[in-house]
Amino acid sequence: MSNPTPSPETSSAEALVAEHAEYKYGFVTEIEQETLPPGLDEGTIRHISAMKREPSWLTEWRLAAYRRWLEMETPVWPKVSYPPIDYQASSYYSAPKKKGEGPKSLDEVDPELLKTFEKLGIPLHERAALAGIAVDAVFDSVSVATTFKEKLASMGVLFCSFSEAVQNHPELVRRYLGSVVPVSDNYYAALNSAVFTDGSFVYVPKGVRCPMELSTYFRINAQNTGQFERTLIIADEGAYVSYLEGCTAPKRDENQLHAAVVELIALDRAQIKYSTVQNWYPGDKDGKGGIYNFVTKRGKCAGVDSRISWTQVETGSSITWKYPSCILLGDGSVGEFYSVALTNHRQQADTGTKMIHLGRNTRSTIISKGISAGHGQNTYRGLVQIQPGAKGARNYSQCDSLLIGDLCGAHTFPYLEVKTDDAQVEHEASTSKIGEDQIHYCRQRGLSEEDAVNLIVNGFCKQVFKELPMEFAVEAQKLLAVSLEGSVG
Amino acid sequence: MTRPALFEIRDLKARVPEAEILHGLSLTIGPGEVHAIMGPNGSGKSTLAHVLTGREDYEIVGGSVRFAGADLLAMNVEERARAGVFLSFQYPIEIPGVATAYFLRAALNAVRKSKGLPEIDAMDFLTLAKEKAKLVQMDQRFLSRALNEGFSGGEKKRNEIFQMAVLEPRFAILDETDSGLDVDALRAVSNGVNALRSPERSFLVITHYHRLLEHIRPDFVHVLMKGRIVKSGGPELALELDRRGYQWVEEELAGTAGASR
Repeated sequence: MSNPTPSPETSSAEALVAEHAEYKYGFVTEIEQETLPPGLDEGTIRHISAMKREPSWLTEWRLAAYRRWLEMETPVWPKVSYPPIDYQASSYYSAPKKKGEGPKSLDEVDPELLKTFEKLGIPLHERAALAGIAVDAVFDSVSVATTFKEKLASMGVLFCSFSEAVQNHPELVRRYLGSVVPVSDNYYAALNSAVFTDGSFVYVPKGVRCPMELSTYFRINAQNTGQFERTLIIADEGAYVSYLEGCTAPKRDENQLHAAVVELIALDRAQIKYSTVQNWYPGDKDGKGGIYNFVTKRGKCAGVDSRISWTQVETGSSITWKYPSCILLGDGSVGEFYSVALTNHRQQADTGTKMIHLGRNTRSTIISKGISAGHGQNTYRGLVQIQPGAKGARNYSQCDSLLIGDLCGAHTFPYLEVKTDDAQVEHEASTSKIGEDQIHYCRQRGLSEEDAVNLIVNGFCKQVFKELPMEFAVEAQKLLAVSLEGSVG
Repeated sequence: MTRPALFEIRDLKARVPEAEILHGLSLTIGPGEVHAIMGPNGSGKSTLAHVLTGREDYEIVGGSVRFAGADLLAMNVEERARAGVFLSFQYPIEIPGVATAYFLRAALNAVRKSKGLPEIDAMDFLTLAKEKAKLVQMDQRFLSRALNEGFSGGEKKRNEIFQMAVLEPRFAILDETDSGLDVDALRAVSNGVNALRSPERSFLVITHYHRLLEHIRPDFVHVLMKGRIVKSGGPELALELDRRGYQWVEEELAGTAGASR
């Protein structure tokens, strides 16, 4: 029963995913890095803060978070299991060694880094860059380059690394940092607040529709380090921005921790669309190695008629723990969550969303598609909360699970808390096994078993994929194919 | 001049874990021929369709099947499909979220690829698909709808024949394609099949009723009983079966068996 080798008796779909897929982003960049020795105490935090020449308020903010974190306990409620993490064993800062003052322009970025991102399909030279997408490239603990910065600045759009924002736009950072995810929000958010090293910052001014997709590509390279990035996106009144993030890491036998915090703020009539294609190294087929992806993402629809949409495609990481959420404060604001989470082999995911309705006539939509294969465990966990003031609130939730094989699991924990008398809350859920009949039908038309599974899974995810920007939708489809890859029988 | 058989089934025996269903079935089909298989419920008609297309729930315990000179039983499901064996399913499957056109183009390209032909792009495919849709009087809007999802019984069967028209197989099995069809749908489906008849393409039509065979006129009619072909004849046999049922065939068989003793 636990023998993973496909035998003639095992079902065809099971055999299909039994073999380990090749993770093509698993290479390591040989580059000289400046890495802090492992360990975490107040000294480490002061050191990070000093290296980044941060103002003292930020150093204090970090220290307060750290002290808070020391008093907190690892959350045990997620349906995932892993050995306790030794926070003293990992390094909290690792960056490519700077030559001189650090790169002023792309031409001065270390060619090894440019090559690395090129290899990941993210060319950083603007002439080669993907049309219509500006990229902030984060390598371990620092941002190494941001493209199209000047072009965006001409429209008043600020898009830069978090560290730069601290130097150049301290008033905005100070005003909004921690305003959506307070330092004490949860264990990993507190840890991130103490030790975050870089990330992306976006500010779109009043009435501006950001002309290109903004994106951050996160790359973990160094060994025994964690990545703790912080992203802050502010869309001022009437502004619109679509933001994408992607991520990969080398194949290593040790688990690495990635604990990020993302805060979004949408003011009156502003709209933020945030898309993620998460492809951290998932570990091998026996569950060795892989990234622990413990992330807090939350958006605040602060203004009237504002809108925040989260779209995520989670295929990587050995463990995923994240709940991109919306606080619907402004009257008439809208929150959306579209998610595909795939777990294969020994991957575990506990993911979902929280929609907190505070304003009147607020609306939220949740579409979650979980796919479990191999020994993968996939949990949807969601909260829809309609607070007493949220007259006329509406929510629609749909959670579907697809199982491939007999050894995987799908779990759904939807929580509904309704404190008004006129809320409309709908919840639909389904769990189905990928049909041998469907696979056979496709094969009878000439498709290989692998192509058949991909086709069926992609169809299952369609409602979510159509929310992604075009290039990402194509990427996401390919990624699903790779994540399900294996030999037939 | 006799042409070599396209399809040659010899003494085929197949079983599911519980029981043997085909007990030594032999049938030879030449290019361009239309053979009808009729038989009472449980005689093994659908099993034959599944076994010939490689469904893995059946175990072949004896016999051989040659298709265009090749050992069909040695091929897996998709290899048979790519070689030109098509099954119009009795119960077509739904695939939510996958547009019919997208699915069929992927299938056509898989077939083309196996023959070393270049893939057909989306635009050319659409032209081809629209042309073929007319053949079965299928509304073009079905092309962009998810495969068979929410289709009526008749629409699903039309879609099967439409797929056949696009894939242009050398050998097509129609497994009770007439079941659940109203008169108009039956005519549309039959017209589609007739349009695809050619000197190279052969059909195996599995049905309970003579009604379909009025539209798709077979060259040969076979009676399948208890896993064997027990009687063969021309189109007139279908009419007789329709009129008299299967009882007399059984009695006739028992008589022959007695006489030979």
